[in-house]
Amino acid sequence: MPKRDDINKILVIGSGPIIIGQAAEFDYSGTQACKSLREEGYYVVLVNSNPATIMTDAGVADKVYIEPINLDFVKKIILKERPDGILASLGGQTGLNMAVELANDGILDEMGIELLGTSLQSIKKAEDRELFKLTMQEIDEKVPHSTIVTSLADAVAFAEKVGFPIIIRPAYTLGGTGGGIASDMDEFKYICGKGLKLSMIGQVLIEQSVAGWKEIEYEVMRDNADNCIIICNMENFDPVGVHTGDSIVVAPSQTLSDIEYQMLRSASIKIIRALDIKGGCNIQFALNPSSMEYVVIEVNPRVSRSSALASKATGYPIARVAAKIAVGLNLDEIRNSVTRSTYACFEPALDYIVTKVPRWPFDKFTTADRSLGTQMKATGEVMAIGRTFEESLLKAIDSLDIKFNYQLGLSLFENKTVDELMEFIRQANDQRIFAICKALQKGVTAGEIVNITKIDQFFIRKLKKIVKLAEEIKTSGIAWLDYDLYSRAKKIGFGDSYIANLANVPLEKILELRDKFPVNPVYKIVDTCAGEFEAVTPYYYSTYEERDDVTVSDNQKVLVIGSGPIRIGQGIEFDYCSVHSVRALKEMGLESIIINNNPETVSTDFDTSDKLYFEPLTKECVLDIIQKEKPVGIIVQFGGQTAINLAATLHNEGVKILGTSVESIDIAEDRDRFLKLLEKLDIPIPPGSTAFSFQQAREIANGIGYPVLVRPSYVLGGRAMEIVFSDSSLEEYMSLAVDISAKHPVLIDKYIMGMELEVDGICDGKEVLIPGIMEHIERAGVHSGDSIAVYPPKTISQTVKSTVADYTSRLAEALEIVGLFNIQFVLDESGKVYVIEVNPRASRTVPVMSKITGIPMVNVATRLIMGSTLNELGYTPGLAPECEYTAVKAPVFSFSKLATVDTFLGPEMKSTGEVMGVDRDYHSALYKALVASGLKIPSGGNVLLSVSDRDKEECRVIALRLKELGFKLMATENTCAYLLASGVDAALVPHSKIQDYIKNDSIQFIINTPSKGKIPSRQGFLLRRTAIEYNVPCITSFDTVNAVLQVIERIISRGETEIYSLDQYSHYK
Amino acid sequence: MKSVLVLEDGTYFAGEGFGYKGESIGEVVFNTCMTGYQEICTDPSYNGQIVTMTYPLIGNYGFNTYDNESYKPHIQGFIVKELCDSPSNWRSSVSPEDYFIKNNIVGIKAIDTRALTQHIRKFGSMYGIISSECGNIDTLMGRLAKEREAKRNLVMEVTTKTAVHQPGAGKKVALLDFGVKHNIIRSLKSRGCDIHVLPAFYSYEDIMELKPDGILLSNGPGDPSDLPSVKATIQKLLGRKPILGICLGHQLLGLSLGGNTYKLKFGHHGGNHPVKDYITGRCYITSQNHNYALREDFSSDVQITHLNVNDGTVEGFRHKNMPVISVQYHPEAAPGPQDSAYIFDDFIRLMEG
Repeated sequence: MPKRDDINKILVIGSGPIIIGQAAEFDYSGTQACKSLREEGYYVVLVNSNPATIMTDAGVADKVYIEPINLDFVKKIILKERPDGILASLGGQTGLNMAVELANDGILDEMGIELLGTSLQSIKKAEDRELFKLTMQEIDEKVPHSTIVTSLADAVAFAEKVGFPIIIRPAYTLGGTGGGIASDMDEFKYICGKGLKLSMIGQVLIEQSVAGWKEIEYEVMRDNADNCIIICNMENFDPVGVHTGDSIVVAPSQTLSDIEYQMLRSASIKIIRALDIKGGCNIQFALNPSSMEYVVIEVNPRVSRSSALASKATGYPIARVAAKIAVGLNLDEIRNSVTRSTYACFEPALDYIVTKVPRWPFDKFTTADRSLGTQMKATGEVMAIGRTFEESLLKAIDSLDIKFNYQLGLSLFENKTVDELMEFIRQANDQRIFAICKALQKGVTAGEIVNITKIDQFFIRKLKKIVKLAEEIKTSGIAWLDYDLYSRAKKIGFGDSYIANLANVPLEKILELRDKFPVNPVYKIVDTCAGEFEAVTPYYYSTYEERDDVTVSDNQKVLVIGSGPIRIGQGIEFDYCSVHSVRALKEMGLESIIINNNPETVSTDFDTSDKLYFEPLTKECVLDIIQKEKPVGIIVQFGGQTAINLAATLHNEGVKILGTSVESIDIAEDRDRFLKLLEKLDIPIPPGSTAFSFQQAREIANGIGYPVLVRPSYVLGGRAMEIVFSDSSLEEYMSLAVDISAKHPVLIDKYIMGMELEVDGICDGKEVLIPGIMEHIERAGVHSGDSIAVYPPKTISQTVKSTVADYTSRLAEALEIVGLFNIQFVLDESGKVYVIEVNPRASRTVPVMSKITGIPMVNVATRLIMGSTLNELGYTPGLAPECEYTAVKAPVFSFSKLATVDTFLGPEMKSTGEVMGVDRDYHSALYKALVASGLKIPSGGNVLLSVSDRDKEECRVIALRLKELGFKLMATENTCAYLLASGVDAALVPHSKIQDYIKNDSIQFIINTPSKGKIPSRQGFLLRRTAIEYNVPCITSFDTVNAVLQVIERIISRGETEIYSLDQYSHYK
Repeated sequence: MKSVLVLEDGTYFAGEGFGYKGESIGEVVFNTCMTGYQEICTDPSYNGQIVTMTYPLIGNYGFNTYDNESYKPHIQGFIVKELCDSPSNWRSSVSPEDYFIKNNIVGIKAIDTRALTQHIRKFGSMYGIISSECGNIDTLMGRLAKEREAKRNLVMEVTTKTAVHQPGAGKKVALLDFGVKHNIIRSLKSRGCDIHVLPAFYSYEDIMELKPDGILLSNGPGDPSDLPSVKATIQKLLGRKPILGICLGHQLLGLSLGGNTYKLKFGHHGGNHPVKDYITGRCYITSQNHNYALREDFSSDVQITHLNVNDGTVEGFRHKNMPVISVQYHPEAAPGPQDSAYIFDDFIRLMEG
């Protein structure tokens, strides 16, 4: 069937901000979909609130709206654009839910807009538990014994009948939000209660647990002619019970015979037909490990995280093909873009094994519950490809960027007894695989591990092999480390530094051996067909074998280092930067090469760069590629801290670091060198110093006066950073939060209470272009990544702006920055500007600033890095003229996924994503940003105030405003007493009753500030957590409250807001 | 155990031996199935061939007593990147290593199977020798050249020696066994057929004496043009009985109808080949295993019904006036997708008239 010509304009709905369960994979799928549709000649309109995406770039769609994805705004876009069709199955659960809402609203029927691809009915069939169960029964596919309840009483009745354990899954939520496994009635009631509240339709599925069975997934495609194909199947390392997003996953399945593989394949096709899905879908099965019995766990009737993984694992562009199917094309009419000679109607054959390992935020959220269950907790993931399971697993572990050197040992378990280890591995958590390896090393048998964990023995025995080889190298030492042993070590996936550790020699010794033998990796192509056809895809992975598939060209090449997995503090924005850099290099006629390991991203799409190496971002892997490709240099400034951290080591190996020099990076990051530079430039910085002991820290703190900001040197995302108000809390911090030593000193700075300002600049080594200044709504003390930021600034004077511009220019010139950099400032109450820090790299705000100002910052920076000057590119140095529109960036959090994480905002970053609101009017922009961030802006009802003593007076002022707006005031003991004493009427809600009030829907809005820094009181913590569990907005900063009130005062009461497309504001004059 | 694979063009791959210690010579082909190695090993169509698995981890789920496509393995040799030494699957009853030892199959592992596959793709399938006894390339090339001169009758080696009756209540099928896969028999059985598995060179008269409702020409090894007597038998059957041809049977049927066959560069061996059925307009992912194919230059009495979506080769036809259908691929799967089982239903309908 040829493509449809009865439609012309298509609205694509994106997935919004990055949250746990919905990450960069939808930028990848959305971008592919837009490209795919435009390729066919359609006019594409896109809506997404996430500015840090490639899909929201001008040029990806014909018209881009960075607006909130909610009924109100999307309807406005529909009315303005009048599309013929909507494609919603590529924007994750957000896109799908939006489509359902639009359909329910009636606007689609009213305007004759067609939902393209999978129909609404099919979506409902797959997502509504009851309908799904019925559909499965009709086609004779088994689902676990289950029921759907809309009340707690019904849930309890079911549990009494079938017994525990029971799995709870709320309908219409993403990443299994609010779900869990209950092993007793108390737990069951708690999870069910929460799930009922979180489900969009107040519906929860409770089912008999098949925990311990093999979890197998199939990625299926179906076209309009009912042709069905399997892109890939995947086997979870962890059995059923751990959310697949939190599970190590391999592709293809490893322990299934053909009979089992085909049984599930045929079932998948039966299911996709029964659901009448047109496009891609993901089907999860639980397979009994000792029979042919299986049950269908879940179907995602859309492109998903798993399909992004399947695309990268196989080379098959699922989203691209799904978009074409949505406009009427069929699989046998779509070219395979990998071979270009075959068609999309085939099933990829792999000749390698792929391992995905999740990246969890537990390094940031040290108090989080690390156990893994049906609620996904990972923020991102890495993927690695190898010719053996061991190789792909070890490469994936190293791609996590948590400095494991390919090893499966973790110092944490060094001194644990076998009993302790066995106890530890009983419950799945992020460190279990390391505990298993330690247990294996200590002589525990694979069988014992299998019994406890239900992980298939195939995998455990592979781990045993890894452990055994490590022991062999330990025993051999350097003396017996011969060619045979060394090459076995490389083939299994050991890095040289790990081999050096094992042999207990300096790395240099191992490198000498490697040169002597020599042993080097070869690179193979991911070609979708296991070598059967010639492939043109420049998509490679390393392995230790004979033949190398790479042809090295004579072109001038530049290597761009990617940013690895999405984690807190290093999100999709760096992928955005990497992609833009690669594009600029291509424009310049240079060959662009990218190294990255995040399967969710656009940068790892094989047609983004001229060559893609899917590899860990380690010194060894990067150097091997450099040795092969011999680029003129490498660019590290767009890959976040991951890439920056590689700069010095690579530089020492003689690699040319393009752009800002390693020396300059060091000055910016080394506190003392940086202080000296500022002193020389006469630029103020909050006073402070470096402490190597607690004694010293106390002296420094008392010297500059409390409050002080303490943090370890070389940090990422504000980790372990804290504001300390007294000697005692300083001591507490020093003893609990940091491991202080001569090698790891602690930085102590005066904490300046004031407004934070932020600048992203572009410098050619001499002159500086400042696209704009952003001001933060929350005062200093809240991590910049968690603050609401506004451009252009609304409150600061021209003088301050000039000072900021002056400091920025002089600093960049002095540092001889070439490319992008970011400076954070604080403005104290007297109007004095201090520099807080300089990041000699692209920052989180680059996409926002690029989009609002229209200055393609990464493109410009890349050109400067390659030798151009600002003048040559037509840019006038200095602070660029302010844009007529206002952009507000707001953070987005995933607290509901992370039980036991405290939600108050402080110097440690906690947000997982961000959104942008744009408008001519500041308050409208703010409103859009808040709405897009998912904040339920209360328009009335009861507000609960519970603030620390420090904040009581500020609270009083806010309370009066709230009252004015018609809110009914409630307050906890001390706050209430203060308010009453100051003549403000408020009802008392004792701490002991807060949870009940929240559960009973008696509170619509909470304002809470924690009493002190890092170790908040149990009461406050409970309050904040309960608010999250029950989805009641709880704000912990008065500045944010102020912003919300302004929005209520000026927007909600006033009504209408306009929508603006990117092309209306994003142009530089 | 050291081992080496030497190809007839002198290319060699040094690796480790497994299974039977010794030497083996055959035509080296590659198969892209990621599962189903046991079915592949026991598929009689591989008689005379050394099979390379492109998927690097083979043996993960062991070998069992159920997934056999014939009574014993027929591959001449087996080439893998890694042979699993600790298989895991509830049905597994024997480890890969033991399986190959027990069945006297020479295997080689720890070679770059992707490199070998790419070599075959580029230069076409060729003969090779695996040896765990000698590493001298010239010596092995000499043996390879000598061995090749001896022409084997591959079908004769695998066909049933005597007629075997597998009773059923449904349609009576005379199945000419050129190396039939058990799943073809199972597929007929599950449709209630009364099956007579007959030696490949059974005469027309003997076949007709059974009064079958239809004839199934099975898959099998080698070049169809090596079997002129079978072609003659089929020509007599044409128009008298409904016929279904599968793989080699399909090629023989094509030859009988005046078609011509040719050798593909490296054949189709895998479970992911898209085939378009021009009658239903649908595409199916099929299991394939053949080195020869039919040309499109049939008489106008023959309608090509299926084509390979990738390379356009003939995948199926039917006769316009006679009850004859034929497919190049394997509707019985095993290993591979079960999408095309409908071909057997078509055959049943054909027999029902």
